[in-house]
Amino acid sequence: MIPELGHFALILALAVALVQGTVPLFGAARGDARLMALAPVAALTQAFLVTLAFLALMQAYVASDLSVANVVANSHSAKPLLYKVTGVWGNHEGSMLLWALILSIFGAAVALFGANLPDSLRSRVLSIQALIGVGFLAFILFTSNPFTRLASAPADGNGLNPLLQDPGLAFHPPLLYLGYVGFSVTYSFAIAALLEGRVDAAWARWVRPWTLAAWCFLTLGIALGSWWAYYILGWGGFWFWDPVENASLMPWLAGTALLHSAIVVEKRDALKSWTVLLAVLAFSLSLLGTFLVRSGVLTSVHAFAQDPARGFYILCFLLAVTGGGLALYAWRAPSLQPGGLFQPISREGALILNNLLLCTLAATVLLGTLYPLFLDLLTGDKVSVGPPFFNATFVPITLALFAALCVGPFLGWKRAELWPALIHLRTAFVVSVIAAFVAGFAIDSRSTLAAVAFGFGVWLIVGTLVELATRLRLGVVPWRESVRRLRNTPRASIGMTISHAALGFVVLGAVATGAWHLELIRTVKPGETVSFAGYEVTLQRVDNVQGPNFIAERATLAVKRNGRPFTVLQPERRLFVVQRRQVAETAIQTNLLRDFYATLGEGDANTGWTIRLYSNPLAPWIWLGGALCALGGFVSLSDRRLRIGAPSRLARSRASGPALTSGPGGPRSQKT
Amino acid sequence: MSRRLLFLLPLLTLALMAGFFAWSLLAGRDPAAIGSVMVGRPAPPINLPALEEGHPPLTDALLKTGKPVLVNFFASWCAPCLAEHPLFMRLKERDGAVIIGIAWKNKRTEALAWLDRLGNPFRTAGLDLEGKAGLDWGLSGVPETYAIDGNGVVRLHFRGPLTERDLTDSVLPFLKGTTK
Repeated sequence: MIPELGHFALILALAVALVQGTVPLFGAARGDARLMALAPVAALTQAFLVTLAFLALMQAYVASDLSVANVVANSHSAKPLLYKVTGVWGNHEGSMLLWALILSIFGAAVALFGANLPDSLRSRVLSIQALIGVGFLAFILFTSNPFTRLASAPADGNGLNPLLQDPGLAFHPPLLYLGYVGFSVTYSFAIAALLEGRVDAAWARWVRPWTLAAWCFLTLGIALGSWWAYYILGWGGFWFWDPVENASLMPWLAGTALLHSAIVVEKRDALKSWTVLLAVLAFSLSLLGTFLVRSGVLTSVHAFAQDPARGFYILCFLLAVTGGGLALYAWRAPSLQPGGLFQPISREGALILNNLLLCTLAATVLLGTLYPLFLDLLTGDKVSVGPPFFNATFVPITLALFAALCVGPFLGWKRAELWPALIHLRTAFVVSVIAAFVAGFAIDSRSTLAAVAFGFGVWLIVGTLVELATRLRLGVVPWRESVRRLRNTPRASIGMTISHAALGFVVLGAVATGAWHLELIRTVKPGETVSFAGYEVTLQRVDNVQGPNFIAERATLAVKRNGRPFTVLQPERRLFVVQRRQVAETAIQTNLLRDFYATLGEGDANTGWTIRLYSNPLAPWIWLGGALCALGGFVSLSDRRLRIGAPSRLARSRASGPALTSGPGGPRSQKT
Repeated sequence: MSRRLLFLLPLLTLALMAGFFAWSLLAGRDPAAIGSVMVGRPAPPINLPALEEGHPPLTDALLKTGKPVLVNFFASWCAPCLAEHPLFMRLKERDGAVIIGIAWKNKRTEALAWLDRLGNPFRTAGLDLEGKAGLDWGLSGVPETYAIDGNGVVRLHFRGPLTERDLTDSVLPFLKGTTK
């Protein structure tokens, strides 16, 4: 009964989305206020119906309703409750429903918080959002229905992929989808702007919170995914340049570029068509990622439900969304009023450099991901493009980006001088050069690149802090005055400082872990001791343990340093009985500066067990940095200027040009 | 006009990419089976030192004896190799198959110890310490197994461990000469 209700709700949602996707669009074109007023109501109704469907599926999972095919294929009654819930999106059908849910919730959010938007813009945005929803809902209903019943229910389900039965991965997909789908709002705004033929500072201000929110979630999602890969895959690595990882990195890079270029639109009324293009691309790359993962076009360790028929549908959908958007762009963008020319040495010049580099990075990742496919089709050669390619291409470009990153915030709008900025940064420069030398000579002289990259990490942190100190005139004016200045600094600026510095922490963690980790693989019998990285590690025993839905071998490793007990690590090897799959459960002891990481491999009492030990310096900084980066985004999102919205367009003449706002406190809003 | 073209560029790029995607979907290729290129071609030359010191090196002559031969790349550090090992023992003992082993990126002592411990299914075994032969053979990892006919042409290629099913479906018929 409940699955059927969910199914009906989904069908109704599709009908509502169809209405929402057409009528308000027509109304906006005709200037009919009554038709446009339909949009927010429809958006809320659609969100309600999709939520209902989602809850119905969740109920089927929690209650282990084994007459539902999706539950049988992906769940098991003995699974812990948390994984019954998260199992809802641990499979193709359910995750598509989650997509549709988030999509409709974002639509509802625009309807709720978009009261200060002009009616025509709001109804167009909501219509585009609904048309995307139509694509997803139809996809779910016609090719991937999660509510399909079985004629006869089996005794129990097949269980969830054991790799996914993990708290890290339980929340990785929702965060990632919040990011991917969040870019649908920016896309809708871009299309609506193209339809209206008008992109101005107010538009940029309206789009900004949505871009920022999507970007924050995507950042968190990627960081969480990387953390999960680090501790569950048991290889000690944190990023593998796997197609699925690349699929999430590309929209992140495009979204980051968009965040920065939108500022130029907002402040200088320039770079408009480029920003619109980025908004279309950020969402298109999100869809491309989905297509690549689910169609089976590329292989990945994260193999999802791969099915060419579904792949073909997603391809058509991708073509409709991206192709439609880009065709509209080709048609309408040339008529957008171009902004004024500007100086290369200026804030906007620096932001353009940022955009060029970020887009080059995104293109590099795209090329590296798709090159094996292209080569295979053209020549029949099979290659795989892995870390060597990305290290050789991605890293140098990011270093150029990092070099410029600290300078940009020192440059003023319109026209600036490079020299004063560099004078301000001389301390940061000296400190980071020293750091690079220390890294190169004292820590490890094998990799010059690692030492240089380490220096850049320090440069990012110190350079960003120097910028903040300069802004607060720290040490120049009495500290009370500096505190007052800090309080008056817009949240958006503080967010920027946090995120930029956080990037430095990510770089330091990635460089240190990647280049300077220690690793030991050894077969050890119980009672045997190995020395590793200055520690003595003894395999005390290996026990058999019974978990809720797995059995495990649990090793107890006593770690001593200079004869004194340091810690006890208990890595496990779990065999998930239902799926007959083995998963390593790593044991990590961290002091936030270094991870001591152990995994248990194959073995038995006679020959001993294979254990892997890693010492990963600064590894936790990668994910803490990622979280901090997202936190910066959220701080910026809380900026009062975004909350109260932009001044209404009517009150401003469109030719009024740049400088919507200056100084703390933001613009004087006409409608609060 | 050139400005217009510039704005069309993203759309054209998309069209190109979409063409590739549609092609790859419709061509019915299986991305997981990345290894079919070797099948139907002459086996790449081999010139490797023997795993056991003092034994003659491995050459192409081993692959062109007029009889079918299996070539198995393995390593002592590779868990799936352990899984498929009993099948090779059985192939040798029960079915009399000629199997050539190549220890890939493996230390001589470790590979020999592994074979000593588990049993040696190989007629002769070579050592590919640097993984160069693996490159010639289009290896993506271990274990991989190639079935080569009497004329030195690769007829079957398995990536990953052999299974019972592979054995009954293709390896045994191949060895008996019932398939080409």
